[in-house]
Amino acid sequence: MTRSVPAGHQRSAAFEYFTTKKDEFVGWARKFSLFPYPFVTACCAMEFMSVSSTLYDTDRFGAALPRFTPRQSDMLMVVGTVTHKQAPILRKVYEQMCEPKWVVAFGVCASTGGFYQNYAALPGIDKIIPVDLYIPGCPPRPEMVIDGIMKLQDKIAAQRHPIINQEF
Amino acid sequence: MSEACFDKIRDTFADVVSETSVAHGILVLVTEAANVFAIARVLKENLGFDLFLDVTAVDWPDRDLRFDVVYHFYSTREFVRVRLKTRVPAADPTVDTLVPLYGSARYMERECHEMYGIVFRGNDDLRPLLLYEGFVGHPLRKDYPKQKEQPLVPYRK
Repeated sequence: MTRSVPAGHQRSAAFEYFTTKKDEFVGWARKFSLFPYPFVTACCAMEFMSVSSTLYDTDRFGAALPRFTPRQSDMLMVVGTVTHKQAPILRKVYEQMCEPKWVVAFGVCASTGGFYQNYAALPGIDKIIPVDLYIPGCPPRPEMVIDGIMKLQDKIAAQRHPIINQEF
Repeated sequence: MSEACFDKIRDTFADVVSETSVAHGILVLVTEAANVFAIARVLKENLGFDLFLDVTAVDWPDRDLRFDVVYHFYSTREFVRVRLKTRVPAADPTVDTLVPLYGSARYMERECHEMYGIVFRGNDDLRPLLLYEGFVGHPLRKDYPKQKEQPLVPYRK
C-alpha cells in the first residue's frame, strides 16, 4: 500500500522515521490496554471465566476489565454459538464499538459454526463481521486463549495507528 | 401402584383408544385425532393428570398419515405419566388445541407448529417462538434440507 504524503509535508526520511515511531509507540500502548466486551452466548463462557480470573489471569496481558457496553470496549470476544436469530444483535454490538476495534472468535462455534450445521446456527461470525483472530477448540484451553491474545497483541503492535488523520 | 392406575385408564378409554402399551414406565395410548381433546379432558378432570408436560411431533415421511402428534401428561397425585399419540396426514395436519384445559399448551403448541407445521385448531397465537418472523418452512421435518440457511443479516462479500 502506498501512502500519499499530506499537503505541506515532503516525504523526508525524518518524517517517515517519526510516523513509524509513532505507530510503534501507539501500538505498544494499545496492545496492553485491551478492553474486552464479552459477547457470551454458550458453554465457552466457562472457559472465558476461567481464563479471565485468577488462575490464568488475562490481566497479565492488559485484557482484564470487561466492559459491558460496546461503546467503551475495543476487543469484541464472541464466545459461543451465534444463531441466525442472534446475528442482528451481534452486528449491532459490533457497529456500536468505536475505532480502534478488534474481534476475537472464541471457540469453534464462533469461528465456523462448529458441529451446528443446521437451520439455526450461523456458520461462523465472519459471515457478518470481520474477525481478527480465531481461537479453535471446543472449548479452547486457557493456554490457547492466552496464546491467541498474544497473537492479537503482535498484530496490534504491527498495525498502523492513525490518530490525527488517515495520513498521520 | 401405577399398574392399577394404568388399568383404570385403559378401562376408561377402551372404546376410543386403538392400541395401548407400556414403554419405559409410561402408558402409551394411540387414538384418532378427533378424540384427543375429549381424552385430555377426562385425563385432567376425572383422572388427576394435572400437569401437561409436552406436545411434539414425529415425522414419518413414507407413511400415509405422515405425522405423529405426541402428548405427555403427568399426574402429581399418582406420580405416573401418560403418552397420548395420534396420527395426522401431511395434507391437513390439524388437531384441536389443548389451551382451554392447560394454559401451558399455548407455548408448546407454538413450538410444535413452527418446527413441524402441525396446526392447532383454536390456538389463536401460533407465531414463531424459537424461530424468527419470515422463516420459511418447518426445520424439523425430514424433507427440510440440513444445510439450508435463512440468514437475517446479509452475509459479507
